[in-house]
This record gives sequence, structure tokens and C-alpha cells, in this order.
Amino acid sequence: MKLTEEMLSALPDARGHFGAYGGRFVSETLMDSLMTLEKEYLRLKNDPEFQKTFDEDLANYVGRPSPLYFAERLTRETGGAQIWLKREDLNHTGAHKVNNTIGQALLASFLGKKRVIAETGAGQHGVATATVCARLGLECHVFMGAEDVKRQSLNVYRMKLLGAEVHSVQSGTKTLKDAMNDAMRDWVANVDDTFYIIGTVAGPHPYPLLVRDFQSVIGRETRRQSLEQAGKLPDALVACVGGGSNAIGMFYPFLTDESVQMYGVEAGGLGIDSGQHAAPLCAGRPGVLHGNRTYLMEDENGQIASTHSVSAGLDYPGVGPEHSWLKDIGRAQYVSVTDDEALDGFRKLTRVEGIMPALETAHAVAYALKLAPTMDKDQVIVINISGRGDKDIHTIAQLDGIEV
Amino acid sequence: MSRIEGVLKSLKGQGRKALIPYITAGDPHPDQTVGLMHTLVEAGADIIELGVPFSDPMADGPVIQMACERALKHGTSLRQVIAMIKQFRETDDTTPVVLMGYLNPMEAMGYEAFADAAADAGVDGILTVDLPPEEADEVAPLFTARNLDAIFLLAPTTTDDRIRSISEHSSGYVYYVSFKGITGAGKIDVDEVASRVAHIHEITALPVGVGFGIRDAETAAAVGRVSDGVIVGSVLVDTIARNQADSDQLKRALTDLLHPMREALDGLAS
Repeated sequence: MKLTEEMLSALPDARGHFGAYGGRFVSETLMDSLMTLEKEYLRLKNDPEFQKTFDEDLANYVGRPSPLYFAERLTRETGGAQIWLKREDLNHTGAHKVNNTIGQALLASFLGKKRVIAETGAGQHGVATATVCARLGLECHVFMGAEDVKRQSLNVYRMKLLGAEVHSVQSGTKTLKDAMNDAMRDWVANVDDTFYIIGTVAGPHPYPLLVRDFQSVIGRETRRQSLEQAGKLPDALVACVGGGSNAIGMFYPFLTDESVQMYGVEAGGLGIDSGQHAAPLCAGRPGVLHGNRTYLMEDENGQIASTHSVSAGLDYPGVGPEHSWLKDIGRAQYVSVTDDEALDGFRKLTRVEGIMPALETAHAVAYALKLAPTMDKDQVIVINISGRGDKDIHTIAQLDGIEV
Repeated sequence: MSRIEGVLKSLKGQGRKALIPYITAGDPHPDQTVGLMHTLVEAGADIIELGVPFSDPMADGPVIQMACERALKHGTSLRQVIAMIKQFRETDDTTPVVLMGYLNPMEAMGYEAFADAAADAGVDGILTVDLPPEEADEVAPLFTARNLDAIFLLAPTTTDDRIRSISEHSSGYVYYVSFKGITGAGKIDVDEVASRVAHIHEITALPVGVGFGIRDAETAAAVGRVSDGVIVGSVLVDTIARNQADSDQLKRALTDLLHPMREALDGLAS
């Protein structure tokens, strides 16, 4: 299907649907808040003062635009297409997550909310939320699965230093999905004074819309930079997909550029056949969780399956509804790489370019290393380097059997 | 007239209020659920809300979450829950049963297959926590065609426009959530509930059941005074958790809890 600007501007529709996906599947207590948020966002979206503040914050606080970097040595060693890196790892707080928290915290202050909650997996969204809350003087509560608290202790401490309260979630599988359940539970109880900053393009409408809008700065910059620096549009975009916020931010401004191929890379864990993975688009089916209809990992009775990935940020059984739609219409391809391949990608980029990617990002790197040799030398691949790997040093060291 | 409507009409005629207990199917074990349902009826239940366990019960507090986990540990599926109701109906064809749960298990089973099986087993109503009427276009007609009442939630945050449109989509009764929060949390503000329910009664003719925060005879009576029925959940589920080792003791404990509520509600009639 060829997409046009006109088709895209009609999505999501008035009820928050991207084709069969998205929507607003929440308990009644939250409906009024979501409808108010939607109305206010649609108003502020076109408010010059809101947009100006957002743009200035991205420039002066986050440090945008982030560079588009030609990875010359990696390209030479890999063979095939030129590999370029969109350096979201250079943002303040070290990942793309901050683009969205800046936008949503701004919404919170325009709406007069003084208390902010967030869920986090790897802790990058939690840190980015705690950061903007520190800056704006907002009370901040971050929900994080007990399992993730353990494997991302550095980020937990960063959040605490920033003044956030970190709630360790003990229910279910003790990972990102359970953190999101508890954030929703908190929100229902404190809906009058609390703004819920969701970290990815999932959740009930209007979250997939507004997170996509805030993250689209990644693709807009990349499009301009690629034309300037590479002299053409990219031939392929590669981004990792957990909930899918960095990928949608990269893909969205290119959707009508037919020549641009898009690859969303899911966490293949121990391999798709093993069942131990977090790849709903590759191996799941549509269902309803966390307020939206989307591809999910579930058992035959509709119970949500437990997931596995070496990277906490991809360890989630669902995915943003717009990705489900892009998959069905065939505009983007969704693939997976295993834990081991991602770790190889991490080591390769670290040793060849001196850039240490987050383990989430390493999935995109690993896939691009497979893709590049199948393409021509004059073609351009852009990998979204969604975050830096400092937070994962403990995990890597542990795998290497080293105590740090 | 549906079984739910019939029961609520007849109670109203007698000036009585409905006692609607909730338990999670499969908790503490799938073999016990049908027996527990009969116990609830013997202890004075007018309608039973039977919870379908879900792995991610976002609107529920720790008590019902853990009940779901216990039920799922024994593999309790939606199909099994429907089979339990079919078995319950073998000896009780008068007490209405409402299935309460989350959408995904129904979606996974297939809406038409689910509606067929539920109607065939003798289910009377469906309450899907995470399905507002706006998203119910596909399922609601399947329920209506099979005489299954679609029961929707109203909350303290629901605007008048929504009360109106939700009531139009509902049949049987509407479920008013007494406070902003999850099941088993918070303290009910009876005056606030009274004024909200009175307001809902101005907008819709449907009976209003009130749930969340009803723990004993006193709160049951206070809420019963201003509504058409009270829904009792977490305190029952907690009682099941604490007495799961001994099934006779469990039955006694549930009866000891519900019986005073029944008496307190009937005391309002005089």
C-alpha cells in the first residue's frame, strides 16, 4: 500500500484506532482523564507557545539536533551499504526517551498537574522522567519490576539521586508489563492530581499519538541530515522495537517515502523457536492489553505470556499499535535477533567505532550488520542508536564472568 | 425478561436490595468453584459475579491479583469457567450469574464462540472491566442477540453525557464504582456515594449496583440504603485466601461474612 500524507493525517482516527489496532481499553475511572488529555493535546499541538517551548527545550536542554554519523570503519569491515548512525545516545540522559518526557512533562505543567508517575523497564524512561521532574519541580514516582530493579541497579540509583521514588513491583513476572499494571493502578487512585508519563507508543489513546509526535523529531532530523550529508534519502532504516517509541520516531517522517525500507528489530531472546523471546510482531497475535489492541505474546487462553530478553527495555509482551498496523499493511518489516547476536552487535560497535550502544540498541546494530552486505555500496542504512550502553556494563560483565 | 432483570424487579417489589458477591473462578482450586457458588447462594446471594482470572488484572488490587494467580496456577481458562457455570446450573437455574473479567481471554476465545458458549451454559450477564461502550461495537450485538446482559461500569469521574450513553448501552444493571482506585483499596465515602447514585438514578431507570469498599454489614447497609444492590468482592476473596486449606471452614467463613450483610440489607426493607 502506498501511503499518502492525507492517509497518515487521518490516523489515528477519532477513537484512537490505527486500522484494527489501538483504541482505548481501560476501566471507566480513567476515561474522562484520557479524553481531557486528548482534547488538551490536540489544542496544544497547534499552540505556538507550546511548540516553541518544546523546541527550545530539545535544543538547549536535550542538546538536539543529535548528529547523524557515518560509521566509516564499520562500513568497511561489514561490506555493502554505507552504515550511518543517528546518535540519540548523545542526548541528555543518554537515550531517545527524553524527547518524549520533555513533551509530556510540558503537557503536565500546562494541565496543572503536580504529581507524575511513570513505568520503566531498563530504567531509561524512568531516568528521563525523573530528570524532567527534577527540572520542573514535580513529584515523581517510577514503577519498575523487581527483576529489572535488580539488573538495572545503576539507573535505579540515578532516579533516586534525581529525587524520584522508585517502586519495586513484585507482582506477575516482575518486569515492564507488571510495572505498567502498577502505574495504571496508581493512576486510577490519584487521577485528579497525577499525570501518567507513558514511555512508549503503546497504551490507551491518545498516548500512542502523542509519544509518536514527540519522538518524530528523530526521523525529521534524520531525513534532513541524510539529504545534506549523504546527498540522498536513506535506503533503509533500522531500529529496535520493544514498545517501539524510537522506531516509530525514526520511521514516521519517512512513511510516505516509498523508496525507504524500514526494519523494526524485536528481541529474539533465546530464539523464536524456543518460545523464550519478546517478539510479538514476529511470533504473536492481536489481542488487548494495557489499553490498546495490538500484537501480543499470549497463550491459547488469552493469558499474557512471560517474555525473555537480555535487554530489560525490550522485555515486553506487547508493542505500539501503529507498528501492528504498519506490519499488517507491509510498510515496515519486523524481524528479530537473538540475545547472542545482540551481544555480538554490542561488542562490534564498541570495538570498531568506539560507541557503546545500549543492549536494546544492539539488536538494531546486529540486524544492520546482516542487512548491509546484501545491499550495494552506494546505498545508505541508518541505524537509530537509541541509547548508550553504560547502564548495561554490569550485565555484560556478568556474562563475561567479571565482577565490577 | 432476563434472569437478572427478573430478580432485581422482584427484589424491588419487596423493597429489598440485591446482595451481589464476587469470587474469582478457579480460586483456590477449579474443583471448588461450583461448591462455593452454591454456598454464596445459601448465604443470601441474589446474583453472583464470577471473576474470570487474567494474568494482568490492571483494575484490581493485590487481593484479587493473587486470586487470579492462584487460579491460573491451576490453568483455569475461560472455557473452564463457562463449564463451571453450566455445572452450577444443573442444580440452580434461578440465581443470575455475571461473568466479570478482562477482554483479552474473550478475544482469544473468539467473541462469537464465547457468546454462544456463555449463553448455552446459562450465563446471564457480561461485565468486561477494560471494555468501555465505545469499543463494544463488535461484541455488544453478539451479547444482545443471545439475551446476555451487557453490564458497564460508571465511576466517580464519569460525566453526565457518558452516564447517559453508557446506560443506553447497558442492560440488567449498571455497576457504580464507589471510589477512584483499585479493588480492595480505599475507604468508601457513603455520603458521596449517596449523592452520586441519586444523580445516576435521575439519568437512567436501570438498577444501580455499587461496588468497591463494601466490607461488612455496616457498609453494606449504608450503601444498600442509597442503591439497588451491593457488590462485595475483595473481602470475600481475602476470606478465601485465608481459609483455602480447609474447605468446610472456608464455607463457614464465607457464610459468616455474607449472612450479616444479608440481614443488614433486609433490615432496610422494614
